[in-house]
Amino acid sequence: MLEIKGLQVALNGTQILKGVSLTVGRGEIHSVMGPNGSGKSTLSKALAGHPSLEIISGSILFDGKNLLEMTPEERARAGLFLGYQYPVEIPGLGNSEFLRMAYNAKRIAEGKEELDAMEFEDILDEKMGLLGMDGKFRERGVNEGFSGGEKKKNEILQMAVLDPKLAILDEIDSGLDIDALRVVAEGVNSLMTKDKSLILITHYQRLLDYIRPDYVHVLSDGRIVKSGGPELAHSLEVEGYDGLAAGAVR
Amino acid sequence: MKDDNVETGLMDALDARREYKYGFTTDIESDSFAKGLSEDVVRAISAKKEEPDWLLQFRLDAYRKWTQMPQPDWAQLKIEPIDFNAISYYSSPKSKKKLGSLEDVPQEIRETFDKLGIPLEEQKRISNVAVDAVFDSVSVATTHKRRLLEAGVIFCSISEAVREYPELVKKYLGSVVPPGDNFYAALNSAVFSDGSFVYVPPNTIPPMELSTYFRINTEGTGQFERTLIICAEKSQVSYIEGCTAPQFDTNQLHAAIVELVAMDDASIKYSTVQNWYPGDPETGKGGIYNFVVKRGKCAGKNSKISWTQIETGSAITWKYPSCILQGDGSVGEFYSVALTTGRQQADTGTKMIHIGKNTRSLIIAKGIAADRSSNAYRGLVKMTPGASGARNYTQCDSLLIGGRSSAHTFPYIEGGNPTAQVEHEASTSKINEEQLFYLQQRGVSREQAISAVINGFCKEVFNHLPMEFSVEARKLLSLKLENSVA
Repeated sequence: MLEIKGLQVALNGTQILKGVSLTVGRGEIHSVMGPNGSGKSTLSKALAGHPSLEIISGSILFDGKNLLEMTPEERARAGLFLGYQYPVEIPGLGNSEFLRMAYNAKRIAEGKEELDAMEFEDILDEKMGLLGMDGKFRERGVNEGFSGGEKKKNEILQMAVLDPKLAILDEIDSGLDIDALRVVAEGVNSLMTKDKSLILITHYQRLLDYIRPDYVHVLSDGRIVKSGGPELAHSLEVEGYDGLAAGAVR
Repeated sequence: MKDDNVETGLMDALDARREYKYGFTTDIESDSFAKGLSEDVVRAISAKKEEPDWLLQFRLDAYRKWTQMPQPDWAQLKIEPIDFNAISYYSSPKSKKKLGSLEDVPQEIRETFDKLGIPLEEQKRISNVAVDAVFDSVSVATTHKRRLLEAGVIFCSISEAVREYPELVKKYLGSVVPPGDNFYAALNSAVFSDGSFVYVPPNTIPPMELSTYFRINTEGTGQFERTLIICAEKSQVSYIEGCTAPQFDTNQLHAAIVELVAMDDASIKYSTVQNWYPGDPETGKGGIYNFVVKRGKCAGKNSKISWTQIETGSAITWKYPSCILQGDGSVGEFYSVALTTGRQQADTGTKMIHIGKNTRSLIIAKGIAADRSSNAYRGLVKMTPGASGARNYTQCDSLLIGGRSSAHTFPYIEGGNPTAQVEHEASTSKINEEQLFYLQQRGVSREQAISAVINGFCKEVFNHLPMEFSVEARKLLSLKLENSVA
């Protein structure tokens, strides 16, 4: 599904990723953990094609395609989804209008016909029902005046509507209380099938109690310093990132 | 595209809108006055239109006032000095028959309006909109006149109104914008050649929307039209105007006056989609100088006047649609989107003059400045001593695209009554790269993303346009700001 090799990335002239390699197979859930400033968000933005980043070297294959040659919208239409740590507000753009615009962009890319507002409402109803979301999400501006928890739920709603092959969720747990975290995590779990892949980017282990990863990777100073199974997340809880990173260097 | 920096990426996306699709010229013989302005020219216009003496005197009085007035220079505009003697003040298409009748519109003009998307054949029109079509200095046709008259509504050219309804015209012409009000008002009052007239009798709602479409065609002419709308007790009217002009290297002057009068419990909604030729986006050469005086008087109690304007064209825009809130409990509204691109300059806003008790006004102004354009909001809220319990709320938001455009806000507040309340909020922001990236990450193209963000920014204003014009306005804005992706 995804094959990252030797990825080096700079932001405003400062190198952030110093050679990241990571392979995510179909149906797999990977967790990338690491302290603040380790490059987690840069990795997710590099995958999505953020224009502020400079790719120094390395390669990314997504579903056999060279991701680095694709525009952000082409990546999205090919089935790559980035769930934001801080979802952006777009005042005045109705949420359901936005969702339909995104949904139709994907349909056009797949050579299908666009859905009109009425047809799309049925799809939206179903997805909102699935995630237990109420109607206010429909007509309000995109994330406009949403609480932190509502914004994260709205990210998962977008994921549900766009049905990506690979979702990268960047600190989807940050700023959520335990109840909201459970709702969001259950939403994500309900969308996962054996064909879908997921990368969970998180600082804390607690998210992984709700969404069980197959693999855990530790990112430190722009490199993956350790990879393992779910048990690695637990040992991180005990040792902390510093101990682990130090151990890896030694 | 991914390695482009933010500004270049945006500029690229903006590039292909450069084409102004209404820039064509209609090849028709015209009967134009020689260039220049004098008392004789004013008399000649009046004679051409076979006007009564009172109207000639009105014009001459205005002309004399105009010669005493300096050209205003207080606006945030850089304008080359205008040579008022280099303009022809009257130009009408040559026609064997008298113009003004729907059947006798010359074929070339009929085709012109077809091309502009304003077919004059009534059966082709969106059935719920009547149109007065003004071509250079004359109204060439008014549609649905008869159906409106059956409802008691008078809708015709102002020239026809002078002939057919002289008492109404005499009573209200200049009653809201006096001839000596300001430089451009005086100029228009002296030389206005045509325009639209509407009278809605008491307790009436016209069976359709009314509109005027202004087309300037002949190079070197100015357009000086005059619109007068009177809405009697407990009546309502919704009126729309649209404007385009050919692409010439020389500047053309458009100096109009619009006067609205609303009686007790009457409501007038006036919407404008302005798309005059903006001049060359690189050099700034050519384009319309748009100096317009629009003012409404809420004469009756609980009357309401609502201005909505989408200003996208003209090299220079200088206009301040205003409300005189004279009747107790009357309401004034101003919703505006002003978009400037290329080398365009706009200084636009409103005046809300609160005179009656418990009068209310609302101002929502959105300015979008791209390329090397300049975009200013200028607004006055005045609370006179009698305006007890009056309230105003003003919100001005500016959006900058690219690093070379500028936005300014000049709010003036004059408080003369301690019980009146005035609230003002303003913001300026740059188009946000994170918003665009967020939309792109969901599969939306960059061009569509720009359009979506800008339409979102303008939504409160678009919501106040009549339905089909709201769709048009969104398309127009997208067209002006989008790269047409092949």
